[in-house]
Amino acid sequence: MEALIAGVIGLLTTAGVYLLLRGHTFSVALGLALLSYAVNLFLLAMGRLTLNRPPILGSGQTDYADPVPQALVLTAIVIGFAMTAFLIALALRTRYETGSDQVDGVETTDPAPDP
Amino acid sequence: MNHALILPILLPFLAGISLLFLKTSSMLTRRLSLMATVALVPLAVLLLILAGDGGYRVYLLGHWPAPFGIVLMLDRLSALLLLLTALVATPALWYAVATDGDRQGRYFHPLFQFQLMGLNGAFLTGDLFNLFVFFEILLMASYSLLLHGGGRERVRAGLHYVILNLTGSALFLIAIGTLYGLTGALNLAELAVRIAAAPESDAGLLRAAAVLLLVVFGLKAAVLPLYFWLPAAYAHTSAPVAALFALLTKVGVYAMIRVFTLAFGLEMNAWLLPLGLATLIAGGMGVLASRELRRLIAYSVIVSVGTLLTGIGLDTVAGLSAILVYLAHTTLITAGMFLLADLIVDQRGHTENWPAPPVAQLRLLSGLFFMGAIALAGLPPLSGFLGKTLLLQAASSTPALPWVWLIVLGSSLLVIVALSRMGSRLFWNMQDVATTAVPVSVRRWWPAAALLAAGPLLMILGQPLTDFATATARQLLSPSGYMAAVLATRDLTVLGASL
Repeated sequence: MEALIAGVIGLLTTAGVYLLLRGHTFSVALGLALLSYAVNLFLLAMGRLTLNRPPILGSGQTDYADPVPQALVLTAIVIGFAMTAFLIALALRTRYETGSDQVDGVETTDPAPDP
Repeated sequence: MNHALILPILLPFLAGISLLFLKTSSMLTRRLSLMATVALVPLAVLLLILAGDGGYRVYLLGHWPAPFGIVLMLDRLSALLLLLTALVATPALWYAVATDGDRQGRYFHPLFQFQLMGLNGAFLTGDLFNLFVFFEILLMASYSLLLHGGGRERVRAGLHYVILNLTGSALFLIAIGTLYGLTGALNLAELAVRIAAAPESDAGLLRAAAVLLLVVFGLKAAVLPLYFWLPAAYAHTSAPVAALFALLTKVGVYAMIRVFTLAFGLEMNAWLLPLGLATLIAGGMGVLASRELRRLIAYSVIVSVGTLLTGIGLDTVAGLSAILVYLAHTTLITAGMFLLADLIVDQRGHTENWPAPPVAQLRLLSGLFFMGAIALAGLPPLSGFLGKTLLLQAASSTPALPWVWLIVLGSSLLVIVALSRMGSRLFWNMQDVATTAVPVSVRRWWPAAALLAAGPLLMILGQPLTDFATATARQLLSPSGYMAAVLATRDLTVLGASL
């Protein structure tokens, strides 16, 4: 299972970084979303991969799932969700303000407008 | 436990939430927002006095014992930064109200309060993940504040700022995950203990996590390869927001000082000195190349970050105390200059155009500009001189002496040249026409004047300030007290529960 999770995290990160480096705001937003999925999986895996274990250290219980990374992931998901929503709203706003969906606000085919 | 510790977070939080329900920028909203912000000043002074005895105040949230719950920690450094936050926020908010800047869009006041909550929380927390959460709170508020009022340039600069910081947040989470996976701790004190006791086989991964943290904090602080977002963002946002943002880069510097002195020991400082010096060079050249006043001040923020990093990188009590003096100076003066730049633009038009009509209040504005420029460049007799002299003195006993002296003095020279050129263009190169600008009342110019008054004031208070900074540096470089204070609470609360 470790190899699968590690591979998935690696794939998501690669795709995320690739999209993040694109010029269009839409690809960048998608890239950041993929990157945050990778980060969430990574955080979860940092609590070690276990199956069917209680999340609490009880009496006589020696083997348990670490609840802290799960709590961290929940926080990270909420924050990442809000940030993605904000970024998409901002990208739309940039589209209206600058008339282009390039990250630097300039269409690559047109000559750069005077600032 | 002293409940005053959580007030700097609770007060802006509650104020921000209640302001959401009020009409945008009505008189009531403005009064409430101003009152909540002004109240932070006496509160911060109280906490500063509390921390002044050299002890650590620990606040256990929910009364959970230290490594299991989240702790807030107050020491001299936190108290100093809390006071700086309150001192910058009050004039900035007043200026926004006086110029109707808060009415350019919706929800200015709640966002401002949430920004303060994030800043205060980041300065107080003693937990790495909680630091991330407060970073996100202050970033989220800063995204919206940066864009407040809208406009093409603002939106474009804002998009870059948001994307970079979202990437930074992802890296921060990876660093936190790695540290938790290796040590099983998030509390900074507990983390420090575990890292010191970590097996040799984990050293490489721990170093990787530390370098990731350096990248994240470096992005917030605007260190050399990661500062390109800053000039555009600070030059295009509204003046009060830019003044408040003078604090944002300091959060990155604060996080570096806090996390690296506590948990990673001396290792990271070897990176900071060359990074700081390189940032100084880049910032100095940026200042010289700026044709517009706001952009010039934005680049001077980068110069100040370079200076701060150089001081941390020296890794001595003298170096750290020098940059703490410099930190107080640069935050207040930069904020004041941003407000002053707005007043100047208001009266003479865009600062990139000259000759322009003369300003209406020539003596007042040029006098303030002169004072701010001298302080910013680090010339005697104003406050910038004190911090830079202490830094040069601190460097004189280290092998880095020639580099630090050359680059710190060289960048100061560039700042002096740029500021004198800008000053003569703004106030001497004028069209021979009568001014059409309306003089502004004291209600609008006092915030800039009050912040710039830090120049002479910090110099007059030089001795107590330097003493406080030295005591703070001593406290920071002997982190065993911090760990002991946090981890002692574990035994205390267990004892309390059994009684």
